[in-house]
Amino acid sequence: MVDLPKQPGLPDNVFMTRLDAAASWARSNSLWPMPFATACCGIELMATASSRFDLARFGAEVMRFSPRQCDLMIVAGRVVMKMLPVLQRIWLQMPEPKWCISMGACACSGGVFDTYAVVQGVDRFIPVDLYVPGCPPRPEQLIAALIEMQDKIMKTGTFQGSEFSGRTEATGPIPLELEEIRRSREAKLVDGLDIFQPPKL
Amino acid sequence: MLDLQPLIEKFGLTQSEFRGNRRVVVAADRVYSLLETLKNSHGFNMLIDVTCVDYLEYEGATDRFGVVYCLLNMSTGDRLIVKTLINDPTPTLPTVTTLWMGADWMEREVYDMFGITFTGHHDLRRILMPDEFSAFPLRKDYPLKGRGERHNFPVITRSES
Ligand code: SF4
Repeated sequence: MVDLPKQPGLPDNVFMTRLDAAASWARSNSLWPMPFATACCGIELMATASSRFDLARFGAEVMRFSPRQCDLMIVAGRVVMKMLPVLQRIWLQMPEPKWCISMGACACSGGVFDTYAVVQGVDRFIPVDLYVPGCPPRPEQLIAALIEMQDKIMKTGTFQGSEFSGRTEATGPIPLELEEIRRSREAKLVDGLDIFQPPKL
Repeated sequence: MLDLQPLIEKFGLTQSEFRGNRRVVVAADRVYSLLETLKNSHGFNMLIDVTCVDYLEYEGATDRFGVVYCLLNMSTGDRLIVKTLINDPTPTLPTVTTLWMGADWMEREVYDMFGITFTGHHDLRRILMPDEFSAFPLRKDYPLKGRGERHNFPVITRSES
């Protein structure tokens, strides 16, 4: 928190700061995570929250399963294409201000699951603030990411949440890779089957 | 152990054995009556699995799809694997949910992954893939990485969420 120089004439138990800093300080120390745990990383997320690693030390122990009560989404595990609309909907249901941590290789990039069903990184479709690498990441890594997150909120947070309005670009890679387009053009089609047609780019 | 000889003669089965698993191959139009006989007269009261194999470009294969039924007789512990071969363009089989209700979701899965239609099934919808998905992903002519379905979503940026 930024302390402004003491004003003459104020008593000792009064200090002055900016509203932004005060709001960010409060927000960053009481993050309420939304555990979007779809696979094995979710187990590690549970371990992080439980007594041995104790996420409560950083003020983020209140896991809520209702997106309306959360402000930090932790995507832990692979997200398949049937789940992605759910993920996006939950993200949109979370009230501002909100942040997102993508935990594990699968959530960040699809990991080893480079198949038709698995989304190759959630950052292609929702905004992600922090990536935690690893398969699965150790709880210490998640805690480090949380501390990093708090740091980021302290540094960039504003009372009105206006730091988000500048982020009009998607953060992830473009959803269709050139390689992907080439592959879908070359894919052998079966006659007469009603199949998905890739967009013409 | 069930004596297969009368069944082989009656239904024209081909029999083989691998590591103690007895397998019979039956023509698609006779598979239902064979399974019915096995259930009602030979005590195969449990259907372990219904699954499918796509033999496209498989060495020596003559038919496109093999649908496999794994049966278990719960009182004798006897197991039998029944296989039938079907082909494009409309691979169709009669449903066995009338014999074993447990075939319900297994047939839906086979339909979802291979596009095999089970006539008479009361609720033949996709079970794993989303309803609007239009391909059958475990067919061998479907590319492993899909045809771009996994990228076909709106992108939400931070300022619009
Ligand atoms: S990154 Fe590893 S541990 Fe995490 S969901 Fe993927 S496979 Fe599981």
